[in-house]
Amino acid sequence: MPQLIINGIIMGSIIVLGSIGLTLTYGILNFANFAHGDIMAAGAYLCLFFLGLNVPFVVAVILSMCITAGLGILIDWCIYRKLREKTSVVLLIASIGAALFLRNVVQLIFGPQLVYYSSEIQMAKKLPFGIRIKPDEIFIIAASFLLIIAVHLFLKRSRIGKAMRALSDNMQLAGVIGIETEKIIFWTWGLGCALAAAGGIFLGLEVQLRPMMGWDVLLPIFAAVILGGIGSPYGAMAGGMIIGISQEVSTAFINPAYKSVVSFMILILVLLIKPSGIFGKKERLA
Amino acid sequence: MSGILSYLITLGIMAGIFAILTLGLNLQWGFTGLFNVGIAGFFAIGAYATAFLTKGPSPEHLGGLGMPIFFGLLISAVVSGLIAFLIGLPTLKLKEDYLAIATLGIAESIRLIFTNEAWLGNGNRGIKDIPKPWAELSAAPYYNLLFLLIIFIIIVFIYFFIEKSIHSPWGRVLKAIREDELVTASVGKNVFRYKLESLVIGSMFMGLAGGLYSHYISFISPDVFHPMQFTFLVWVMLILGGSGNNLGAIAGAFLVWAIWSGSEFLTDLLARISTDPKVSGMITNIQSPLRIILISVILELVLLYRPDGIFGEKKIL
Repeated sequence: MPQLIINGIIMGSIIVLGSIGLTLTYGILNFANFAHGDIMAAGAYLCLFFLGLNVPFVVAVILSMCITAGLGILIDWCIYRKLREKTSVVLLIASIGAALFLRNVVQLIFGPQLVYYSSEIQMAKKLPFGIRIKPDEIFIIAASFLLIIAVHLFLKRSRIGKAMRALSDNMQLAGVIGIETEKIIFWTWGLGCALAAAGGIFLGLEVQLRPMMGWDVLLPIFAAVILGGIGSPYGAMAGGMIIGISQEVSTAFINPAYKSVVSFMILILVLLIKPSGIFGKKERLA
Repeated sequence: MSGILSYLITLGIMAGIFAILTLGLNLQWGFTGLFNVGIAGFFAIGAYATAFLTKGPSPEHLGGLGMPIFFGLLISAVVSGLIAFLIGLPTLKLKEDYLAIATLGIAESIRLIFTNEAWLGNGNRGIKDIPKPWAELSAAPYYNLLFLLIIFIIIVFIYFFIEKSIHSPWGRVLKAIREDELVTASVGKNVFRYKLESLVIGSMFMGLAGGLYSHYISFISPDVFHPMQFTFLVWVMLILGGSGNNLGAIAGAFLVWAIWSGSEFLTDLLARISTDPKVSGMITNIQSPLRIILISVILELVLLYRPDGIFGEKKIL
């Protein structure tokens, strides 16, 4: 069991990185971006590309995060920006199109097969309570932790971060007091997609890379966002950890193939019991 | 029968099955504003339900009751509607995108269950030899034409059914919900009940389409029902045809299916140009991603520049 919880924390870190961006764009732009999982996959494959050029791993991660941020901003600029006046559902359909586009471009360039970042076999370190953990996994947990602290400081201390939270809270009010919404939306995509890229890379490091990897994490990150409360980055952090740990612990009882069904079940439970999530504001119902 | 004609007939049958799906989605999205992204799931449920009921006994899967095909198709629709009912209960009172996420989740869960539970539907290997209607005729050259005729009759029936309902008081409430839920609720309509009815009826058509697919292809496996790709295709059909317009929905289905199959034809031709097996192998590898990229670009362009689709809805109150 302690081993499963450690695995859950690793998966949880990855899901948290994916869900922060999703919850911010969901809160601010008020649409569920179905392409977010495939943005994660795009980041992971960019990193593979840089590793192929013999760039050191950490540099490759940072480069991929920057380029994926640009990619997110570009997609917003080309498609979503022009649809913002329409209902949120039109944006949602557009995001499904973007998701399939990204996924198939990845498949076109890198092929459909499974790939690993490194062919080296890592020896797991033994820790107390019979826990075994690989150096890569320690890296994932540490790097995610650092990124989450950085996001926290950014949201709490910087002007842009504060404006982001204000926008996510109440768009009209934020506009009234003079926050430049388009500028903040730009930064939100950048931040969200950079984090998504990190999440995707860590997922590739922990499991493997394949064009469908973004699809595999889509339900878990949505479950994390809804569990935490849409628009709340801190909720996404808590939700991501809960989803990650529940997914891994569930493998002690049921077939591991059903991991995403577990997160889906949690999602349905949240919708039944407290649809606004842990940290979310209450939805106005029709 | 000549090659081209029989190719067109098979094209027509598949496009017709998609037209039934698109009509179901049009009822849900075009007229009620319900965002169903689980079309693949409802389709799969229908396909498996009739396979279990109508096939003879087999150790490879559940059921095998050898029932008549008509009965199997009926149950396909009913089971699909039941799943829609269950998924609608927790989500239809919430914001519209919760329904989207929940339907996507149910479609993926259904696919995972059929992939992993081999006792249920033979897992990834799928179910084969699903009976065809009037099987004794199936060797005849005009058999597919007969099948096309059945599909055509069903489409006409569903078309008039939806048209009739949409112009009834019930249909006007659906459209009112689509335009403004709050106003509809404030004039005393039970919004939740109408939404649930629309979701269930639309999903029943999707289940029926799944059943027809099952009997036409005679083989089903979980791979066919991949939630995003499959569902996406139906959405593109409706958006391109013009949501809120039943004829548009049907036209969209035929048009997109023609583009989809046509692109396969084109890459096949490309693959044949080169005799080098390495080059033609490469072309076959990029075939499926290229098609999806093409379709997603079409969708984004339609959304950006022609959001009402080719036909759009006639604005008559």
